Amino acid sequence: MAIGTAGRRAKERPSLNNRLKPGDWLFNALTGAGAAVVILVIIGVFYELAHEAWPSITANGASFVWSTDWNPSQNVYGVGAFIIGTMITSIFALIFATIIAVLVSLFLVEIAPSYIARPVSYLVELLAAIPSVVYGLWGIFVMGVFIRDHFGPVVVDYFSWVPFFDGTPLITGLFSACLILTIMILPTVMAVSRDVIAAVPRSQREGVLALGATRWEMIRMTVLPYARSGVLGASILGLARAVGETLAVTLVIGNSVKVPDNIFAPAYTMASVIANQFPEATDLHRSALIEVALILLLITFVINVIARLLVWKVTGGQRVVVQE
Amino acid sequence: MTNLQVEKKPTLSSISNVTVPESTQRRENAPVSDAPVAISAQHVSAFYGSKQAVTDISMEIRRNSVTALIGPSGCGKSTYIRTFNRMHEFAPNARVEGKILLEGDDIYAPGVDATRVRQRIGMVFQKPNPFPTMSIEENVAAGLRFIGMKSRSEIKDRVEHSLKLAALWEEVKSDLKKPGIALSGGQQQRLCIARTIAVEPEVVLMDEPCSALDPIATLKIEDLMRSLAEQFTIVIVTHNMQQAARVSDHTAFMLTDEHISGQLVEYGPTQELFTTPKDKRTEDYISGRFG
Amino acid sequence: MAQNNPLLARTQGLYRRRKLVDRLMTAAMIGAALAAVIPLFLILFYLLKEGLPGLSLDLITQEPNRPGREGGGVHNALIGSLIMVSMALAIGVPVAIGCGIFLSEFGQNRLGGYVRFVIEVMAGIPSITVGLFVYGLVVVNQGHFSAIAGSLALAIILVPIIARITEEMMLLVPRSVREASYALGAPRWRTVLRIVFPTALPGVLTGIMLALSRICGEAAPLLFTALGNQFYTTDITAPMDSLPRRIYLYATGPYDYWHEQAWAMSLILVTVILVISLSVRALFGSRVTVRQ
Repeated sequence: MAIGTAGRRAKERPSLNNRLKPGDWLFNALTGAGAAVVILVIIGVFYELAHEAWPSITANGASFVWSTDWNPSQNVYGVGAFIIGTMITSIFALIFATIIAVLVSLFLVEIAPSYIARPVSYLVELLAAIPSVVYGLWGIFVMGVFIRDHFGPVVVDYFSWVPFFDGTPLITGLFSACLILTIMILPTVMAVSRDVIAAVPRSQREGVLALGATRWEMIRMTVLPYARSGVLGASILGLARAVGETLAVTLVIGNSVKVPDNIFAPAYTMASVIANQFPEATDLHRSALIEVALILLLITFVINVIARLLVWKVTGGQRVVVQE
Repeated sequence: MTNLQVEKKPTLSSISNVTVPESTQRRENAPVSDAPVAISAQHVSAFYGSKQAVTDISMEIRRNSVTALIGPSGCGKSTYIRTFNRMHEFAPNARVEGKILLEGDDIYAPGVDATRVRQRIGMVFQKPNPFPTMSIEENVAAGLRFIGMKSRSEIKDRVEHSLKLAALWEEVKSDLKKPGIALSGGQQQRLCIARTIAVEPEVVLMDEPCSALDPIATLKIEDLMRSLAEQFTIVIVTHNMQQAARVSDHTAFMLTDEHISGQLVEYGPTQELFTTPKDKRTEDYISGRFG
Repeated sequence: MAQNNPLLARTQGLYRRRKLVDRLMTAAMIGAALAAVIPLFLILFYLLKEGLPGLSLDLITQEPNRPGREGGGVHNALIGSLIMVSMALAIGVPVAIGCGIFLSEFGQNRLGGYVRFVIEVMAGIPSITVGLFVYGLVVVNQGHFSAIAGSLALAIILVPIIARITEEMMLLVPRSVREASYALGAPRWRTVLRIVFPTALPGVLTGIMLALSRICGEAAPLLFTALGNQFYTTDITAPMDSLPRRIYLYATGPYDYWHEQAWAMSLILVTVILVISLSVRALFGSRVTVRQ
């Protein structure tokens, strides 16, 4: 009796040719389809928005981008005022959320013992889990009232000499939007900055401590310079989130097409004007709003790319998956 | 200083692969044993939580000497040396018992700020750690702001002086603004040494400073240690016995066994310890029977 | 006596200043930590304070009353959310996992880099823009709002989140596992689907649950797709209500009982999200942060 492969009948031997087996073919096709769908969706989004916005683009021309006149009844449209609103609220949130995020990250990494660090860390993460609408609801009925009755007047008392800061605090307005956005992007910035700060090697810290540095001096001389670009990337990620934030802002910003003249005035951001006006909009108005969405998309896209580049540079090209 | 001809006992040196070189013999005549005490350790023990790493060590380190701590890995020599500049306390649940006097000052006395101790006792680490975001001169000057040196010219002079003392000046003087990490490993370590001595500490601790370096760089730094001892007191931890024999005036041998961790087995002039060790365990270690 | 270190003599004032700065900054760090944690407590506190009174069986089982008439419930919104989220998962998860597996198996090259970039872009699209896209694509062409459109919008938000995590988890499976399978002569599809993917599954499930907790709170993409509905319906070709959308409606409304119900709905929503987040933590460890 023949033993070994020589004895096996020909058709039992595994095929050595290179053609894909049906299972593999299907597998490749399905996974490739998954990737293809994703690409199609992205292209689709840009195309679709451009398509719907086209009437407005041709009607309003380039001045759409800087004009602050937005008057649907006269079919005059310009996104300028909304860009201002978006910029003020997002940059305010960017600055303050970054400062707080860095300080809290330093607290968690340098000071807090692990039985404090872990729960605090988790609690801040929870902030990210709260939906935008709930922030909005809380923003109107709790934070807004607090601003109108307590916080706002204090700010006015101390800062009214600053040009933009002289106004009457209300429940809604630019300031409320600034505050709510700061809280909302805080976990985004903190997630990355905490990892970046914790990644500073021990040898660096020991080196400066051995010279007789205080803890803050150590942080300032070794941790912060080392973590600088990562923190910057994290904060720009937060900026991207703030720019696109819709419902919380819509609920607290007061919704006015006028360019705000003080920090407590009502205003619009690009996202909130869409949410607020789209349901009732028709024809050119609708098209103009979609043009706003297109511009918003482009801005968000650019900010995201910059942020990712910075974060990747610091983590050495490795991926950090952040729960957004 | 006369040349001391030392008779090596044949039995031990035939077993041991460590020879005590001429240069060390020569220094034997320097008044090291009568020199004032720089660091006096009295019944020092160190703990990580409940785990004891150093047990009841008492020793006196003389001013302007090079003292080597040798012993097998894990014997506690790094932990011990870190109690001198109060770096041990950064470890979780770290604790030190006993007394350590720096030129008569109790460094663990209540109310003493550890940062001031570290300005008087500096440390060079095993892996060179220059600050990557700083240039060469910024690295050397890093500690000067803690002692209040503000004037640019003073700082510049101090940087040059330290780099010269660290035998690095000639190699870097043409471009002091180069980043610290652009240097080779051996140069980086000398940079760290320059950084440490720039604040003019009284004692310089070195925790296996050459173990990450190539042999040529190692020899350069060993030469450096001898010259630095003229101005500073040097304490070096090393797992390389030949190195200890080459550079040090006094050697301490530490050991951790099943019963006691981090005990001081023998401490004496390098010459004596390597040729006529008093403790059998020292003899065993030196002749390579373990470790 | 102490060997006088000449440099230390002139540091008294400096030393005090350095210590002061150190203490101030430590206080600042602690203060910031408090500032970061207080809003969370305030939100949870008010959710409970304002939301608990509004919770009732009626809320969950009744349909909304005519605007202005007190009472009624949000049954339609609850069911609507359930339906649309389920559909979004059904649409989005297969696409996302397929894409994620594509990236992990075929994507460690330039093409994969492009696809990854596209996914990043997709993750960064503001949710309202996603809604507008589906509006233009589906609603305009069909002539009416529908739950399908809403689910589609939610699915688009789901996909990048799950695809990223799927790729990461697949790549985490050690090469030795794949090699063992290939060495036995298994074809690629079998290796990936029967061996590698099941190993990565817990992590992928984590990702799905995280994505789920994200979309059940989303209202912006639903505003112009599913619109909303005063009535209870399970017709997915018709406009459908959802919890976040109804919260949005009631929050801006003029009636007190609307505000009460908005708080109660928010409490339900946040509770569901927290439960999902906590179970993810309990089952799979701390939050998903993956490095390669």
